[in-house]
This record gives sequence, C-alpha cells and structure tokens, in this order.
Amino acid sequence: MADLTTKLSRLTLRNPAILASGITGVSCESLKRASDGGAGAVTSKSVTMDARKGHNNPIMVAFEGGFLNAVGYSNPGIDHALQEFSSYDGEAPFIFSIVAKDAEEFGEIARKADSLQACAAIEIVLSCPHTPGYGTMAGQGTPQATSGITRAVRQQTKKPLSVKLSPSIQALGEIAKAAEAAGADAVNMGNTAGPGMVIDIERGQPVLAFKVGGISGPALKPLAVRCVYDVYESVKIPVIGTGGVSTGRDALEMMMAGATAVGIGTAVHYRGPQVLGEIAREIGEWLDSHGYASPSEIIGIAHENEPRK
Amino acid sequence: MDEKNAYKTFRIASIRRDNYRVKTFTLDGKLDAKPGQFCMVWVPRLNEKPFSIMNADPLEFNVAAVGEFSNKLHELGVGDKITLRGPYGNGFTLKGKERKILLIGGGYGVAPLYFFAKQCLAQKIEPIMVIGARNEQDVLLEKDFTDAGVRVIVTTDDGSKGVKGFATVAAQAELDAGGIDAVFACGPEKMMASLARLCNDRNIPCQVSLERYMGCGMGLCGKCVCGGQRVCVDGPIFDGAEALKAKDFGKKSRDASGAAKTL
Repeated sequence: MADLTTKLSRLTLRNPAILASGITGVSCESLKRASDGGAGAVTSKSVTMDARKGHNNPIMVAFEGGFLNAVGYSNPGIDHALQEFSSYDGEAPFIFSIVAKDAEEFGEIARKADSLQACAAIEIVLSCPHTPGYGTMAGQGTPQATSGITRAVRQQTKKPLSVKLSPSIQALGEIAKAAEAAGADAVNMGNTAGPGMVIDIERGQPVLAFKVGGISGPALKPLAVRCVYDVYESVKIPVIGTGGVSTGRDALEMMMAGATAVGIGTAVHYRGPQVLGEIAREIGEWLDSHGYASPSEIIGIAHENEPRK
Repeated sequence: MDEKNAYKTFRIASIRRDNYRVKTFTLDGKLDAKPGQFCMVWVPRLNEKPFSIMNADPLEFNVAAVGEFSNKLHELGVGDKITLRGPYGNGFTLKGKERKILLIGGGYGVAPLYFFAKQCLAQKIEPIMVIGARNEQDVLLEKDFTDAGVRVIVTTDDGSKGVKGFATVAAQAELDAGGIDAVFACGPEKMMASLARLCNDRNIPCQVSLERYMGCGMGLCGKCVCGGQRVCVDGPIFDGAEALKAKDFGKKSRDASGAAKTL
C-alpha cells in the first residue's frame, strides 16, 4: 500500500487531499466532518477583520462545466471565527484562510489567526475575482503587492504560510517568486478563474447578484494544471494544486504537473463531504497499481518526461 | 449539469389570498418533486430564497409576506414570471409500514405537510394534522386539509380558535392516545425540538424539517449547517433523534455572514 503521508513545508498531512477554503468551512463541525471523512487538511472559509454579509443571492450558479460563485467574502469576522474554530480537534490539520484590504490589515489578522492553538498553518488569499476591496479587484495580484503582503504576514507568524494566487493572471511565475522571496512556505495555485458570467435567457439577466463570479469545477482543471506546471518551474517551495479536482485521477494529474498536495472544493457538491478521503484512496490505489510507493515519486514527473526548457 | 441546478421559468397561473399576509401561488407547470423538498426562488436583481413545495403538479408555493423578498413576490400577478431551481433536499420518507401518522405544522410550516398528507392519503395512510398558529387569523390551509379528507386539530397560542396553547400540547395528547406510527413536523425549531423529545421518550419515529439561512443550496457554502449537517442537501428533513444530537438544534442558527445566532 502506497504511503500517502505528505510533507507540505513543516506540515505533515496523512494524505495530499486538502479541503479548499470557502467549502462548508463556516463552522467547526463542518471542518470536523471533512476531517472525519478522511481529508489530509481542512481550510476555513476566508476570514476578514470585520463581519461581512457578502453578496446577495444567487451567490452561486451551475453551468455545464462547473460553477460560478460570487460569495463576496461573507464571514463573521476574525474575532468570531477565533471563537468558532477554537474547539477544532479534527485529525486533519486546520489551515486558517485570511483576507484583508492591505498589507497592514493582513498583518493584524494574521497575528490574531496565529494565536489560535488549533491553527496549523495560515493561507493568505490574494486572488478573489469577485469582491471589491479584496484580491485581484484590489490589485493584490501583482508581484509588488504579493511581496508586501506576504512580508507583513510573515512578520506576525512562524506557522507555515501559503499564498493563494489567481489562475487568471499571466505573470504567475513572477508573483510566485515574489511570495517565495517574501517568506511564503507554499503557493496555493489557485483560486477560481475569470470572472465569468452566466445569463438566464428567459429573464435576460445575469444570474449572480454580483453579475460575475469565479469559475470552478471541471472547466477550470486544464487551466489550473497549466498554472501549477508553470509555478512549479518558478519556485522551490511546494505547490498546492487547486482547481477542478474531482477524482483521484484529477489529483494525480495535478501532482504530475508539480503539486505536492491538492485543494478540493466543488467536488464536495458532486460527491459529498467524504470526497476528500475517497480521492486520497483513489490516489493510493492508482499508485499501488502502477508500482509507486508514495506520491513523491510522481510529483512533477510531467516536467521530466517532457522538459520545457 | 444536474437538472435540479438549472433555472426554470414558469408563469403564475393563479393566486389565492389565504390570510392577511399569506398567498398561494399556482404556477403553469409541474416539477418532479417529493414532499419536504424545496426550491430556490430567484427574483432577478433582488435575491434568491428557499421555499418549500406545497404541490408539485401543478407547482404551488405558500408565501408569507414577512420581508423584502416575500413582499416582492406578493406584488406579482397572474401571468408574471417566476424563476427557480430545484427541487432540492431529501424530503420526508415513509418506511412503508405506517398506518396512522401525526403531522404538526407550526406557523408557515404547514404547506409542505399538505403536500405530504396528500401523498399519504394516496398510499392509504391516515394522517392527522395539527395546525399551530398564534391566533385565528394565522391558521393556514385548514380547509385544504379538511377538503382532502384529513382530520385537523387547530391550536392557537391565544385560544382564539381551536385548542388554546402550543401545537406540542395537542400533539402530546394524540401521541398518548396511542396508535400513531410516526410523526412529521415543520415549524419553529424550538417546537420541533420539543416534539423530537416527546417522540424519543415514546419510541415513536419522528422527522423534522429544518429551516436555515441558505446561500448556495448546493451543499458548498456551509451557511445552512446544523451540527455539521448541511440542511440544503443532507436535509432539510432529519430524523428527530439524530437532530437532537446536534448541539445547534432548537438553539442556534447562522446568519448570512455565517455567524451563529441564538434562535
């Protein structure tokens, strides 16, 4: 049986399947359920300084290739979140996902997040495509902003730190390098893509209340795989591959592109909260049937098989 | 993509005023749905909210004007469009051995039980319906139930109609009279928690229909959770004994931000 133990910087996961931020991660018990379902790690819904109601509904709409979402960072604020997650005792390490308007606010929230005992790692998200004041809508998707924000957070925490990037930005290598140079321990590649739009033709209106939203699900996967491939060549720190992973085979593809671990989100809709454990098992079965002893033997092999440079 | 996630546009075929703030909307089409399931009803540029299904063929919803969204629905007239997705959720389930069941609807929780009662009658199961309301004016769908052939017990908090007191008191009397094989409830969560305990004590199976703030309705956003269970896809119908194990049941819900609030 392949050993799925995954070293992600200083974090040790029992397998590489990570519950992505924003997926049921509002409550401690939801994260516990994902952990009990076999997740390698679980990520909170991204938390801001103050409570946010987010966008009105519809915040999510399905299309043939997946979903668009524009949740607008609804969350109860960092102080409430600290209380909510203080009792987290799942086996899967808890990754605290945070977002802020600027480097200074990122630093303040990171300091608070770091104080939570249950917090095993911090994820900073610089890539939301649908919330004014945050992410790419606030210019956080540049090498300069990434460097400044990562540095500000690094000063507040010694815990493993990952930076979540947007697949819809061309200068990915530069941004990933900026995160690495500023002290990030991992890059999460990445967020939803776009934004995109879905119009209901019977009403002649965009469905999402915010009109546009980030693309997730199967339609995102080839883009995410390419982004992981590019980032893997740009930095030495591990890459978390997120985007359209619904099966063990999808996860293996992401890992061959260079991902040490995989983020899983939309698949929870298709297969339920136990999908993380199932995907981990599917990875193990494939590795076994192909004679690999651990995932580390396949990470990045797409590069060796077909060198780019 | 999954057909339930697709938006479907209907036109309003008729509107019936039930009381000073409740209307029944009948649409010009049907949906393949089970009692206890719900739809996400979308009003473009305003919002989208969950409504339990009162009838599947033709599709009907019982709407109380209690906020901005439901007031907007009340402004719609015959021929206007209603756009929705669904049906969502698990629905009430019958084990197949029930002969006589007790239904308890508190406030606006009556509508899905009407749909369910009709399904039970078609399967030769005898439903007894307890309609609980604050006062006479708020008693909903009594005639619909009696016309369908269901024995109805009305309770009002102030005694202006039927039995004075909470629906749980009338329910307890029926349970103690014996012969009830299962209990199904939809209404205020504190009421359902009391019922679940009454049924637990008597070893009678009980199903409760939970209401939560709903975001995506597709099991992803996590705002509707009760004890780790997603009300939109794992529910909204839960076994009463299981619901009682969740520390939030009857006590806490979450708002649009995801913050837990006392019920």
